[in-house]
Amino acid sequence: MTAAGGAPLLDVQDLSVSFRTDRGLVRAVDGVSLHVEAGETLAIVGESGSGKSVTALSILRLIDTAGSIDGGRILFDGEDLLRHDEATMRAIRGDRIAMIFQEPMSSLNPVLTIGKQVGEPIRLHRGSVWKQAYERAAELLRRVRIPDASGRLKDYPHHFSGGMRQRAMIAMALACRPRLIIADEPTTALDVTVQAQILALLKELTREANSALILITHDLGVVARYADRVAVMYAGRVVETATARALYADPRHPYTAGLMASIPTLDGDVEGSRRLATIPGQPPDLAALPEGCAFAPRCPHAFERCGKPPPLEETEAGRFSACHFRPPRGGARGASPQLE
Amino acid sequence: MTEAALSSVPQPLAASSAAGRLFAFVRRLVREKPLGAAGGAIFLVFLFCGIFADFLAPYGMNETNLEVRLEAPSLAHPLGTDHLGRDVLSRILIGAKLSMIVSFLAAGIGTLVSLVIGVLSGYLGGKTDMILQRGVDAWMTFPDLVLLIVIISVVGPGIPQIVIVLGLLYGIAGSRIVRGAVVTVKESMYTHAAQSIGARTLHILARHIVPNVMPVLIVLFTTRIGAVILTEAGLSFLGLGVPPPEPTWGAMLSGTGRTYMYLGPWLALAPGLCLTIVVYAINVYGDALRDLLDPRMRGSR
Repeated sequence: MTAAGGAPLLDVQDLSVSFRTDRGLVRAVDGVSLHVEAGETLAIVGESGSGKSVTALSILRLIDTAGSIDGGRILFDGEDLLRHDEATMRAIRGDRIAMIFQEPMSSLNPVLTIGKQVGEPIRLHRGSVWKQAYERAAELLRRVRIPDASGRLKDYPHHFSGGMRQRAMIAMALACRPRLIIADEPTTALDVTVQAQILALLKELTREANSALILITHDLGVVARYADRVAVMYAGRVVETATARALYADPRHPYTAGLMASIPTLDGDVEGSRRLATIPGQPPDLAALPEGCAFAPRCPHAFERCGKPPPLEETEAGRFSACHFRPPRGGARGASPQLE
Repeated sequence: MTEAALSSVPQPLAASSAAGRLFAFVRRLVREKPLGAAGGAIFLVFLFCGIFADFLAPYGMNETNLEVRLEAPSLAHPLGTDHLGRDVLSRILIGAKLSMIVSFLAAGIGTLVSLVIGVLSGYLGGKTDMILQRGVDAWMTFPDLVLLIVIISVVGPGIPQIVIVLGLLYGIAGSRIVRGAVVTVKESMYTHAAQSIGARTLHILARHIVPNVMPVLIVLFTTRIGAVILTEAGLSFLGLGVPPPEPTWGAMLSGTGRTYMYLGPWLALAPGLCLTIVVYAINVYGDALRDLLDPRMRGSR
């Protein structure tokens, strides 16, 4: 499971997070385990409410006051982040773990210049004077390919386009050469062409710095292709993890297979008469999850055993799936729903 | 948005210096809010009169001359004289100075109080927010005037007391507005981003929260100036304002103005008109400022 080098950079073990709501305690993340090696890109894929963003925010211990981490461990470089006090966490945030948010249009403070914001983490963590911070900010903006970088330090965010703002956010995240970067839907708000540029840039820069990257997305079609490994989440649980290649070739969990089938293709049906495949039903209500497998009510392969929660089991080397149904080779994609 | 970005390209210097930005803002004010600009101009005249009152006043404020009692406006006394032969214009000008001092100090204290309560309440949230807001609720259940009369009756009239009491009164009421703005900014992505780079709370407040609620504070301060002038005049009218012989507009209106209304209508007209015009001008100007500075409007044109 781990690389030859020993323990992974980030090892999330059995993490559970719940939120107090008007309808009672809602478990947004339920026993999630993940790991990321140095230099690796992990995509966490899931629909809204699957717990992927909450998992990411928990790693930085930034979930808001209504939520609390109930259990588990988050080992980063061997230290359990959940045991740190707030001051230690502040020292880690932005320095060793950086985060990129999904809305470049609103993630930058409108009243501060780009240079001030990109230089801010350097000031906070390295105690540099502004002159040094500006120099570093200019260098970072050059690295994210913003033309005339040093000339744009004095610009305000409204002078920047969406793609440029996201580049500036990436520059800010890279400022202190973090070991781990968490990107929460980094390209959702951007044009498709810009999306690809930003993802390629992010991948390239993290590989250069040997940083690990966690890419959080709902887009199995485009974004997850930039990952080395993919973890699919559903209703607060990881339902399948595999290398990206293996997952695309042969999805094991019926939910993953359903997601794959609902990606529109250009080569499929030229006449356009075929309707896009969808997963029937609605995402589950976290306040009233069914007993057993949360996906069972929507699953084409559901049978009696699905009333018991399926454990995340290794189906073959490096592949994990949480499903009682074992599809024959060829995948859960296979046309005939075949029971045991 | 795009248009703004484009138009800023040929003239990058215009927006770079503070003076350039101020000039650009004034131009925008005149073009988009002519009434607000006129209000601003009247406000400036009022400030000028207040600051240079001692040089502008042709006579001393308490210089009596019984030979020219209750004289109608003339060249020597453009606004006439009162029952003691004091020059009304001079007293109006000194009154402007007093109004200005009282209103700026009280509005300043008020804005500061609003800022502190609003930021603590809005940013910290939770129990702090609950306790502070229930305190504000309790305070606001009392009508302003009742509170004012009670407090001034206890501590006695005088400029410092009035400044502090009015500042507190408007500060507590205004904290609601600041709190709302702070909550909006707190929920914004860039505050989360600042947390994610390891900034401490004080740093986030100073760099991200306060600068982004600044437009609200500026508008609050401006409109409060008008409100304080009016309330001070009301207090003077009730005999609880700045004590004589300082000539405040409210006192002039209620004292000599009311008593000699039929013999010398200018005694009531001069301070009354000044009050009306200045307060109206400030309010119009404040409205225009709010429209131009409201962050929700920013970038939408």
